Amino acid sequence: MRLASRGRIDRSVSLPFSFDGKLLTGHPGDTLASALLANDIRLMGRSFKYHRPRGVMTAGSEEPNALMEIGSGAAMVPNVRATVQELHEGLEAHSQNRWPSLSADLLACNDLLAPFLGAGFYYKTFMWPRSFWERLYEPAIRHAAGPGRLTTDPDPARHEKAFAHCDLLVIGAGPAGLMAALVAGEAGVDVILADESSEPGGRLLTEQERVGGKPAADWVAATLARLAQMDNVRIMSRTTVAGAYDGGVYAAHERVSEHLGARSKDLPLDCFWRIATRAAVLAAGAIERPIAFPDNDRPGIMMAGALRSYVNRYGVSPGRKAALFACNDDAHRTARDLQEAGMEIAGVIDPRSELPKGDYPVFSEARVVGTRGRHGLRQVQVQSASGTTSLAADVLAISGGWNPSLHLSCHMDGRPRWDETIEAFVPRPGAVPGLFAAGAANGVFDTSGCLSEGKRAAGEALATLGVAAPDWLLPEAENQAGSGKTLWLVEGRARAWLDFQNDVTAKDVKGAAQEGYDSVEYMKRYTTQGMAPDQGKSSNVNALAILADATGRSIAATGTTIYRPPYAPLPIGALGAGAQGKGFAPERFTPSHAACLARGAPMIEAGLWYRPSYFPAPGETTWRESCDREVRMVRSAVGICDVSTLGKIELQGPDVGLFLDFVYANGFSRLKPGRVRYGITLREDGHVMDDGTTARLSENHWVMTTTTAAAGQVMAHLEMVQQCFLPRARLRFTSTTDSWAQFAIAGPRALEVLNTVLDNPLRPEQFPFMACGAVRVGGVEARLFRISFSGEMAFELAVPTRVGASLWRLLLAQAEGFGGGPYGMEALNVLRIEKGLLTHAEMHGRTTAFDLGLQKMLSRKKDFIGRSASERPGLCDEGREQLVGLISRSREIGLPAGAHLFAPDAAPERINDQGYVTSSAWSPTLERHIALGFLRQGRARHGERLRLVDHLRGVDVACDVCDPVFFDPEGGRMR
Amino acid sequence: MLIPCPLCGARDLREFTPKGAAVTLHRPDVGAGLDAWNDYLHLRDNPAGPTRELWWHGSGCGAWLVVERNTLTHEVSGARLAEEEAGA
Amino acid sequence: MTVLTPQRALDGQELRHGNLQLSTVALGRVTWVAPYPGEETALSHALQSACSMSFPGPGESRESTAGRILWSGRAQALLIGPHPSAAIEKCAAVVDQTDGWAAMRLGGASAAQVLARLTPLDLRPSHFPRGRTARSLLGHVPVLLVAIENGFEIFVMRSMSETVRHEIETAMRSTAAREKIPTAHA
Repeated sequence: MRLASRGRIDRSVSLPFSFDGKLLTGHPGDTLASALLANDIRLMGRSFKYHRPRGVMTAGSEEPNALMEIGSGAAMVPNVRATVQELHEGLEAHSQNRWPSLSADLLACNDLLAPFLGAGFYYKTFMWPRSFWERLYEPAIRHAAGPGRLTTDPDPARHEKAFAHCDLLVIGAGPAGLMAALVAGEAGVDVILADESSEPGGRLLTEQERVGGKPAADWVAATLARLAQMDNVRIMSRTTVAGAYDGGVYAAHERVSEHLGARSKDLPLDCFWRIATRAAVLAAGAIERPIAFPDNDRPGIMMAGALRSYVNRYGVSPGRKAALFACNDDAHRTARDLQEAGMEIAGVIDPRSELPKGDYPVFSEARVVGTRGRHGLRQVQVQSASGTTSLAADVLAISGGWNPSLHLSCHMDGRPRWDETIEAFVPRPGAVPGLFAAGAANGVFDTSGCLSEGKRAAGEALATLGVAAPDWLLPEAENQAGSGKTLWLVEGRARAWLDFQNDVTAKDVKGAAQEGYDSVEYMKRYTTQGMAPDQGKSSNVNALAILADATGRSIAATGTTIYRPPYAPLPIGALGAGAQGKGFAPERFTPSHAACLARGAPMIEAGLWYRPSYFPAPGETTWRESCDREVRMVRSAVGICDVSTLGKIELQGPDVGLFLDFVYANGFSRLKPGRVRYGITLREDGHVMDDGTTARLSENHWVMTTTTAAAGQVMAHLEMVQQCFLPRARLRFTSTTDSWAQFAIAGPRALEVLNTVLDNPLRPEQFPFMACGAVRVGGVEARLFRISFSGEMAFELAVPTRVGASLWRLLLAQAEGFGGGPYGMEALNVLRIEKGLLTHAEMHGRTTAFDLGLQKMLSRKKDFIGRSASERPGLCDEGREQLVGLISRSREIGLPAGAHLFAPDAAPERINDQGYVTSSAWSPTLERHIALGFLRQGRARHGERLRLVDHLRGVDVACDVCDPVFFDPEGGRMR
Repeated sequence: MLIPCPLCGARDLREFTPKGAAVTLHRPDVGAGLDAWNDYLHLRDNPAGPTRELWWHGSGCGAWLVVERNTLTHEVSGARLAEEEAGA
Repeated sequence: MTVLTPQRALDGQELRHGNLQLSTVALGRVTWVAPYPGEETALSHALQSACSMSFPGPGESRESTAGRILWSGRAQALLIGPHPSAAIEKCAAVVDQTDGWAAMRLGGASAAQVLARLTPLDLRPSHFPRGRTARSLLGHVPVLLVAIENGFEIFVMRSMSETVRHEIETAMRSTAAREKIPTAHA
């Protein structure tokens, strides 16, 4: 019910929204929870296990009961706390975990079975037969239990991530946080003030108090106005600081536009922040502590502080006649506020004997021992010295005191400390380096104390930054936290609920202790206490106290579990923000990219690059047709291939030769200018890392080429060798991959095509195999390398990237005049397999130069990376698997990569394994299925017949072992 | 987690790649024998407390760093250029 | 004779969202300059006499009538504008990277907020004032960032420049949209 003239809501504007299909209205300033209460809806959810009817219990992110599905279709978000969701026009909310409806939930029959469903029930019952778990028990339990549903459609919402930096992060904008921000802001350091709520102010927005001589909310407004004047202070509302990490990095979740109805598609729903700060003040406040008593979970029963929030901040009440059950003075103000708001007070129940007076029935030395009302509270049973009375009430406010919100202080493994004087856990100083707790989060509950704490913590934080705190006069404020005593549990026959989300009762906790699960960690796991999405924010300390009592220990000796990030549930979409599409992996495009697309070439990813698979010609319907044609084209005429993706590293300086001698397994320092050499690099453990060519353009100027995939790794390796082993060598190098467009021109007519574009045509003898040099193309300085990855006569022509697209078009037009054209990755791969040339399929990290047949390249004259390890007997043992060629005995059945090799008469089992296939192709040149692979003692077994089996693809075929160079073994064609 | 790059200042973890224990800097001679090489390549201490590690600031300035880090607290107490140590 | 037509990286219109603009920077000649060990001072002198600029320290840049030089990583910088002199080539490795880098200029009051969506770098003016340079990540892409008057220049490897432009534009749209969020009702 809406109360007259109270609350920070705009009554002049009506916001229509719906709940379970029913059209309702609320006002700007409402949360979904307050708007539902205003519409007399108290039943907001069903519990996880027993489907008990539940109402809203809190007014903050700790809410265990009022979880809703918001929105519809793919945009629906489950498990949204109605206490956090701000109301907006058109908001669509649905209750969850009920069937068929919230008020008539048939699964509530679980509640009747409760005597059999206590803690440990699942562990004990569904053990047998084992196979039933996955097929029967789990699906049935999942249907009956569990929070909201997920949509299976892609999330249409935009999520965002962002980074922020500051000197001081203030977590929470209640009295302590505001004061800390004021002091630090005045001191001139960069401050971020993050607050979870829609409006900063914390409990100052809800309590009927005065600060600095004016209503608390007015002091908040004045303080915010003052902070807004400071350029060095940034206020982040709707932002939950969710985790504390190493080095002063905090995670925070900002609800950017959840509170808006219509939003532009550019606007993110939320933002996941990483805030790097030098110091932080934890002013997260406190969460009110419940009292467990029989039937304490009916809609209409809520925390006293939450009730004051609903009444004072939102102008609503969950009922007309209220009772209060509390064991501390502070809570008694609830009755005064309610009375002032025009509600009737059925009674104030308190176990203590000395109580604050009020103009309503007060029951001292009394307890609530039961409640009535199926879908909402109707009656409260009170037991006192004078006997048991029933009070008619539809609202019952509870307060067992307050638990400091110390969660973030535990995120780096720091355990909280039990403070005997306030009987609460408080943060351990220094538990998170640079984090200073203040105010209610530090166990100081009165407003004046919180203001003073904020100033103190800011001063301590500033001191660590080497900044003096300015003198600051604290405003006057209420300085009585009042006295109180603890009351954890009222015993009774009916169930007293602790963890509302996981349906854990006081009896379950005692049961855990009886069964020997008496450590707090065991109890938690046995009962699931505190393991629901609310992580036991309200209930954990009560459960601990009950465990302590059951095991005859003090709470301090019982200890507590510690909290892990995140403080509040975070949407996975926010954690993964920015990691879709180009944000998942950058796209690198070659100069010929647009031209390849225009020719209809399907593109494949090679590292981050996109390269053409093949270029379909008219009439071709499969990739094999195109690939076979392109291979024959290169072997018979000429083909053009964009090889700009190969890593290019330019090295300069007098010591490059010495450096390369140390990097490469073979020698380089004696390479002559104008020549190119093939080389292999090893890892220090003796295995092959990469291969490639390095050209010596002039005395002190070299260009190294790496494979596309290994370019980054090789660059890192070179940096390591230089900085860690040869820091004084006179050389420098940098990647020039992006500066040069490089095209392979391969085939018997390569030189003819090349000469059509060179300003000064070449004769073959001028530019022998493995030569390099400067040429000019259309007046542009270019580089030419005579190297071959196809076994044909081939050149690689490099021009500055800006003219790459132009040269590609030109080369294609010229090649077509000679019966040639472009070729893609598929043909490139077939051409190199026919020649037994290596890629990372063969250099896969476990192969040595010996395995690859390159052992003669390992220099004996110099030290190089990997030399010592490569000489280990085990890495050049004749029994190792060695690179071989394989030819299928069948014209139909290929030799798939990943298949294993066996003796013809051996069973295809692991124990008989002789080797495996790494690369596979149909060779249009040989008209046979061929493959490269590794075979035990393979070099000595050419000519042998083997059985090749691929269990995954169901291939079983005979093949012959041969030299890995299938075509033109003398290399006459490329020379 | 932040790492104080001597060239760039404190930078976010994601700019760096861990590269194992800093013993990598002390490479045995080519004739040191298999035991020395085995030790260098494969055998590592696993200290509970301060460690010296190599990190590569690959998404930053490109420097290889020797980072001092405490495995118990994750505190990073310092970083210096590997080339300074290697050249020393 | 063969005629080759040059094509600029990041061709296209300037992008505008809210107070933000993103445009392509025509850099002219870009030369990577890296002093050999122990030659930093010699290089600085050579640069001074050729281009009236010294070699920048980490995170620094220099500007003169001849052009600019931007620190671009450990023991290296990008010389923007002038061709290197022979004296420079004596004490440093020198590589023409004119075609390797593309550059964008992001301007507007919220430019830092846009980049904060993409880079972990501390972009506060107190930490990254005008003239400072930094190597960092923009999303997953390595970049060189330069703080300029009222904005930033973003240098990126040419092959990845479209990705970076797309990522920046997405962040620009989001930043501009955030600025239109109505403030609290109260």
